[in-house]
Amino acid sequence: MSRVGRNIHVSVDRLRQLAHRDARPRKISADAGTCPKCDSHYSADEMHRNLRVCPACGHHFAVTARERLEQLGEPGGYMELWPELRAADPLQFTDLKPYTERIADAEKSTGLGEAIVCAELEVRHVPAVAAIMDFSYMGGSMGAVVGEKLARACDHAAQKGLPLIVVAASGGARMQEGTLALMQMAKTVIALDALAEARVPVVVVLAHPTTGGVWASFASLGDITYAEPGALIAFSGPRVIEETTREVLPSDFGRAERQLENGQVDAVVDRRELAERIGRVLHILRRPELEGPGAAGSPALQWAQDGAQRAAGAVQSLPRKVMDRIRPGSPDGEDPE
Amino acid sequence: MSEGGGGRFVRKVAEKVRRAPEAVDDDLWESVQLARHAERPYTLDYITRMCSDFEEVHGDRLYGDDHAMVAGFGRFHDRPVAFIGQQKGRDTNERTFRNFGMAGPEGYRKAMRVMEIANRLGIPVVTLIDTPGAFPGASAEERGQGGAISRSIQMMWRLDVPTVAVIIGEGSSGGALGLGVADRVLMLENSTYSVISPEGASAILWRDASKARQAAQAFKPTAANCYRWGVVDAVVPEPDGGAHTDHEQAAEILDQYIYRALTDLGAMPPVERRRARRERFRKLGPLRDPEGGMGMATGRETPPPG
Repeated sequence: MSRVGRNIHVSVDRLRQLAHRDARPRKISADAGTCPKCDSHYSADEMHRNLRVCPACGHHFAVTARERLEQLGEPGGYMELWPELRAADPLQFTDLKPYTERIADAEKSTGLGEAIVCAELEVRHVPAVAAIMDFSYMGGSMGAVVGEKLARACDHAAQKGLPLIVVAASGGARMQEGTLALMQMAKTVIALDALAEARVPVVVVLAHPTTGGVWASFASLGDITYAEPGALIAFSGPRVIEETTREVLPSDFGRAERQLENGQVDAVVDRRELAERIGRVLHILRRPELEGPGAAGSPALQWAQDGAQRAAGAVQSLPRKVMDRIRPGSPDGEDPE
Repeated sequence: MSEGGGGRFVRKVAEKVRRAPEAVDDDLWESVQLARHAERPYTLDYITRMCSDFEEVHGDRLYGDDHAMVAGFGRFHDRPVAFIGQQKGRDTNERTFRNFGMAGPEGYRKAMRVMEIANRLGIPVVTLIDTPGAFPGASAEERGQGGAISRSIQMMWRLDVPTVAVIIGEGSSGGALGLGVADRVLMLENSTYSVISPEGASAILWRDASKARQAAQAFKPTAANCYRWGVVDAVVPEPDGGAHTDHEQAAEILDQYIYRALTDLGAMPPVERRRARRERFRKLGPLRDPEGGMGMATGRETPPPG
């Protein structure tokens, strides 16, 4: 099916490309460009409108954090939180070039202060706090600023009683901050418990790729966990595994679809349905008693209070319901009311 | 803990415990090598010397038993203490059996099982960290390596009982941190604690596996630096020449540090302990706030106390 559709969409381009295949430098750009999977061409505008998903084959391109916020939020936009925080260089770290230079370059090329953007927004009319990682800023790596902003997002959501949405896209802990980057794993996991105490849910979306220390900390602790199609989700990447164990890995190793089979995620969700899906699950989990002034209390207690009358009614009607069920010929599950 | 030992031995240990270790920045590479010395005492070497009795448990009750992770209950200073740690092997057979101290998800789940029991019974938890990292393998990934580590971190943070973590050799990556979220984090003088092993960093950042030495210099993963950054609370001295020269003495010194930490922690109310634990990790990692000057300034300038 998809094969037929794909060929129809791209046949003209494809013929041209096949003719020049070896001579042509492979250009993979998130804006205007070519799909790395099916070789179809798109304009920048088309890409934007289609949420950076290839209309021909469904390949999911990388999305910047700010664009992701626009995709998830209402047209009213979002309110960014703590955009001022910047990375320090505690180790005076230099690999092939100094860390301070890498930070400056990343800020210049992405227009971001760090690899995560936090904001307050509404997803399908449900207010929430979002923490969105951006792979284009140093591979979405987690240093002290990413850890701190995520921890603040947890505190902020808990204080306001709002659910937290995390979109992960990261190669893991930021090497250039050494041991202190490792500590951010502990910081973020601990911060998530503020939400547990406030009894608000966490929805985690795993974008390509979610690996290393990010997958081994907050990204694997969502209450509901979605993955984007084709996203690599792993603690150790395929290259590290192949080098260490000499295993030959299947081509779909660690990919979202396989991780669904492994029981590591709840669903693989197409980006074009993501906002709808998040809005829906947040709506299901929404508790009216927590909204409005002075409202609090355990959900079990609320159920007991709200449902007291209904429960009394149900008990009264039970014998009739049971009778109806066991009487031959009566439709099962008939409403006793 | 061993009750024996002559007066001279006890004095030597006491002197070690008092002495502040010198900064080891001068030769980071030597420190990295000592941390992985083939004769360095491993987790079970310490446990068997520090405990008068030890009952090891096996299996995560979900899939299997991970030989790279040792967990159980010991009698420490005549009280019960849960001990958990990665275990390395000394000869080729043992190394393979212990998977080079690289635990998989079953290892972290076994650790969590012991933590849960300890918490329920009100028994303090002591972890001994010695791993080049969690096991990188396809099967480990399929069974949720990432989630096993994150949940182990989460469980350690949630424990009501006093907790002490000790980096006794190599503490690399999330595999180390999975056992590292404690009220007191101690580090042996010649051990390393870092986001990745020098070899791993060399391959990733320099795209050249032979730059491990250079990577170690850049990461500065020594005990003195970790103390300066606030990542560890105390540096535990080793016998002259390193822990491998005298297992008995190394265990005796560590025993005293753990005993002291557990005694201090035992005096705190559980709620207070957890609050302090949260604060301890929350403040790690310096930031720049161009609008408000420096963010949290963490770390210490003073040399570590003995």
